[in-house]
Amino acid sequence: MFRNQYDTDVTTWSPAGRLHQVEYAMEAVKQGSAVVGLRSKTHVVLATVNKASSELSSFQRKIFKIDDHIGIAMAGLTADGRILSRYMRLECINHNFVYESPLPVGRLVLQVADKAQVCTQRSWKRPYGVGLLVAGVDQTGPHLYQNCPSGNYFEYIAFAIGSRSQAAKTYLERKYETFSESSREGLIRHALLAVKESLQDEELTTSNCSVAVVGVDESLTILDARNLKLFIDGLDESASVPAEDKQADEDESKEQGLGTSDGSGSDVVPMETS
Amino acid sequence: MAMAMGCLLPPEPSQAAYREHQSTWSPYENNGGTCVAIAGLDYCVIAADTRMSVGFSILTREHSKIFQLSEKCILASSGFQADIRTLQKHLDARHKIYQHEHNKQMSCPAMAQLLSNTLYYKRFFPYYAFNVVGGLDNEGKGCVYTYDAVGSYERVGYSSQGSGMQLIMPVLDNQLKSASPLLLPAKESATSLTESEAIDLIKDTFASAAERDIYTGDSMELLVVNASGIRREYMELKKD
Repeated sequence: MFRNQYDTDVTTWSPAGRLHQVEYAMEAVKQGSAVVGLRSKTHVVLATVNKASSELSSFQRKIFKIDDHIGIAMAGLTADGRILSRYMRLECINHNFVYESPLPVGRLVLQVADKAQVCTQRSWKRPYGVGLLVAGVDQTGPHLYQNCPSGNYFEYIAFAIGSRSQAAKTYLERKYETFSESSREGLIRHALLAVKESLQDEELTTSNCSVAVVGVDESLTILDARNLKLFIDGLDESASVPAEDKQADEDESKEQGLGTSDGSGSDVVPMETS
Repeated sequence: MAMAMGCLLPPEPSQAAYREHQSTWSPYENNGGTCVAIAGLDYCVIAADTRMSVGFSILTREHSKIFQLSEKCILASSGFQADIRTLQKHLDARHKIYQHEHNKQMSCPAMAQLLSNTLYYKRFFPYYAFNVVGGLDNEGKGCVYTYDAVGSYERVGYSSQGSGMQLIMPVLDNQLKSASPLLLPAKESATSLTESEAIDLIKDTFASAAERDIYTGDSMELLVVNASGIRREYMELKKD
């Protein structure tokens, strides 16, 4: 993606019918570290790769509880994500106050999407630079949605966003037919294996990933270090993705780096994304 | 004309002057009932009857006046049930926000302050709710807070509110209050009674209040908060 004269304003169309600022916002999501979500008939699981900006700092928190029945995982500008999660939490609380019942997941996702769309049509605003995977359970069962900076939202059985998410998606595409009947534990294992694919030169440990589960009979829980360790230790090595897919994924993320004149592909992203 | 419409209209003003007319409609209603709480050294007992009435009629014999605000904090309120229910929902929503922001439950003293602020917010159109908050403070000791309708509150060792308050409070004073601060040194606000002694005292006071207060009766709901959590008990009261 390269700079051009139609990308200064979010309210300016390019002759090709694109809003470049919105697309750049989606790039910010791709720069964040990977986030994976998958669902079965009874549960939805979210897993994230946590990055620390330096050895001295703590890992960025990317999973947030929105309500007992909804949780989100974000990739991109987590500062924007925190604002959205605050909005989502208040919406759930207000809905609960008025209707004394939990806010249906799709309804909330739609509200977030509409909020994001506003930022794509105001000259004094900028799009949110964060992509969300929203996991929740309501009367119609478990759901997994993605919210984009563009204001679009999609429902998935399984999905991944963020950097090196293609490797995770490949794993999910291979295995998704088994997810529906999966047990809670099986689903968490799949999520960890998928997230593992997005790691580069690292082993999966309790400090570089997080997992959250929500189910028909289970409030949203973020797994603590002890339980997470049990799952990680129990992973089967034979389920990893072949090496060629990993290589293709790395080339893709280099290409997606914000284009500058030197075109080296290893651009420093000024914003704190994770 | 008024008869035909089936409702009572005030008389038409004469040509000379408008007659002064007292308002017949009130936004409030008293649904009766009584609440009591006693704080012990490491426990707190909160009790309320379950009768809901209006005027001389009983609306239901099985309505709870007790609401759990947090892990260690219980609210018991008597008065206008619509306002009470809204107040409970309001505090519950605020507690959820607190938990999201601080990743922990609100302490009882914090919740007590929040209730006071919430009540005073409606100083000029109050919640018709007479509240008693009971639970464990930050040190695990029993605490009871008593309120008026607009949020004036105080931490005490025991309290009662509601229609049976005048009958119950003197009995609690007799049993729990030290005779004089000169005789017994001023201790913390909690009583030295054991949990079961406090429960027996409350059961006796409710049974007595139900005898003379027409708005108190049917049954009593009792909650005990201690280090192991919250326990519920029920006791039948006179149904008349």
